[in-house]
Amino acid sequence: MSKDKFSDRLHLAKIDGKSAGFETLLLHAGTAPDPMTGARQFPIYQTTSYVFESAEHAATLFNLQAPGFIYSRLTNPTVAALEERLATLEGGRGSTFCASGHAAQMLAFLPLMKPGDNFIASRCLYGGSITQFGVTFKKFGWECTFVDISDHDAVSKAITPSTKAIFCESLSNPSGIVADIAPLAEIAHKAGIPLIVDNTIATPYLCRPIEYGADIVVHSTTKFLSGHGQAVGGVMVDSGRFDWTISGKFPGLAGPDPAYHGLNFHETFGDLALTVHGHAVGLRDLGAAASPMNAWLTLLGTETLAVRMERHIANAQKVAEFLSTHPQVSWVSYAGLPDSPYHNLAKQYLRKGAGSIFTFGVKGGYHVGVRLVESCELISHLANVGDTRSLILHPASTTHRQLTAEERTAAGAGDDVIRLSIGLETLEDILTDLDRALTRTATKKAAE
Amino acid sequence: MANHDSYTNDELRDILSMVKTIAMVGASANWNRPSYFVMKYLQAKGYRVIPVNPSAAGQDILGETCYANLADIPGQFDMVDIFRNSEAAAGIVDEAIQLKSQKEIKVIWMQLTVRNDAAARRAEAAGMRVVMDRCPKIEYSRLYGELSWGGINSGIITSQRRKRGS
Repeated sequence: MSKDKFSDRLHLAKIDGKSAGFETLLLHAGTAPDPMTGARQFPIYQTTSYVFESAEHAATLFNLQAPGFIYSRLTNPTVAALEERLATLEGGRGSTFCASGHAAQMLAFLPLMKPGDNFIASRCLYGGSITQFGVTFKKFGWECTFVDISDHDAVSKAITPSTKAIFCESLSNPSGIVADIAPLAEIAHKAGIPLIVDNTIATPYLCRPIEYGADIVVHSTTKFLSGHGQAVGGVMVDSGRFDWTISGKFPGLAGPDPAYHGLNFHETFGDLALTVHGHAVGLRDLGAAASPMNAWLTLLGTETLAVRMERHIANAQKVAEFLSTHPQVSWVSYAGLPDSPYHNLAKQYLRKGAGSIFTFGVKGGYHVGVRLVESCELISHLANVGDTRSLILHPASTTHRQLTAEERTAAGAGDDVIRLSIGLETLEDILTDLDRALTRTATKKAAE
Repeated sequence: MANHDSYTNDELRDILSMVKTIAMVGASANWNRPSYFVMKYLQAKGYRVIPVNPSAAGQDILGETCYANLADIPGQFDMVDIFRNSEAAAGIVDEAIQLKSQKEIKVIWMQLTVRNDAAARRAEAAGMRVVMDRCPKIEYSRLYGELSWGGINSGIITSQRRKRGS
């Protein structure tokens, strides 16, 4: 599937009529100089609320009749600057920034679902998402059907009249599966439903899912976008390309809203509908607002995304190659290696490399895995990815421990699996630390 | 015919700064209709908006008398903003062409999802500028920074200190 078929789906940003490059967007999108002071770095508007010009102005804002700020649970100028930047990076129409990646998933599903509805999700997701979708969403009466998304027939067959979306990760965490986005988008659109893609691990530096047909993109911005392990956050980006009216399946966006006296978001806001809904309903009622400080830290992080990703990927490629010949390692799953089953999909969808998060199998299983992560001196043992520092984790004993053994294996988080998020340290130091830890673990095992 | 798949920021800025008075066809007295939102917003930005709607003729909408058609409006107006479907837009455009000299109409603007290329060609042949499938409220707020307050991609990259809002 050529991306040309979809490339007109992107909303581009221009400098004096000419499309701006990705690195330029990282620095400038959403952050034109402050009109009052001329401040070049975007100000932190650390405020909860905003003075109305008059009672009439207040009424206009509460009726959603004009853009403006009421209360920082809904909108905030610093958060808005970040939202415009993230929307622009993904080529979307608009975005809603919120407290975490999990909150972004809530914001995306809230307008689509009602009790009794279901959606289809890849069974290879971040473990926290599997729990959110499979356990907590059930409390709202939302069912999730987990499928192998590389089996397109299985995806099509899982769709029922109550199915409201298909969800996948562009590059999955931790198993490194690359989603074939274009045919999945076709399946979704044929059924009159949107394709939602979690683009956290790939980032828009490697892949912009909207250009291949995705309708909504979500992120945990906590990872590479903020990039320094400094701020938890999430975002829902709307492509503005999905017609919420056609199928009649989405009264939340294309029907009267009781809390706004029958206002119809699609009719009133056109292709801004989902973004307005994300703030005026999602953040208003779910309350998952991000702090202006976290938004600002994330803005600062995005400035260097391209240069960081370049080094993250270069280091990861070398570490994956090193591990693939290491005697204590049974396998390496990194789409940047030619023997990976996802190597070709990675070439198609991930323009500049296969990212810097991948898994490998340590010989000896669960307990050796636990010992290995405890033995690293430089690489940090913690439950995050996309930090500037290199990170290591044994998913079976941490992020995926709430799952059953079967679910863990299906999600690519079996007993012998070790997840790495390769950082920006000197490559030699990363390799030495891993080699030392692997050898120490093996020696210890032999001594037992 | 001019390109109607995309409009440059300069074209839209030029139109929105030249226009002072707008006849809004399909205006509504109901506060939660999109046309009401747009009328109220444009008024707040200093435009005079004259509502046109046969079913509300004679009524007051946001302080302005509503007229049954363009010809009934006393005085002149620069732009006709059409809140009707693409098919119905043709008749409005033809009426505007007839009234062009008398009312000094310079711009035909069709709202989001409204597009009629044949009518646009006739309006352009008569010397009027045409914008289709756009909303003046969205475009105004996009060009002057306010749309970004809602997390929307304005498509604008600049290091210039811009005026906000008005």
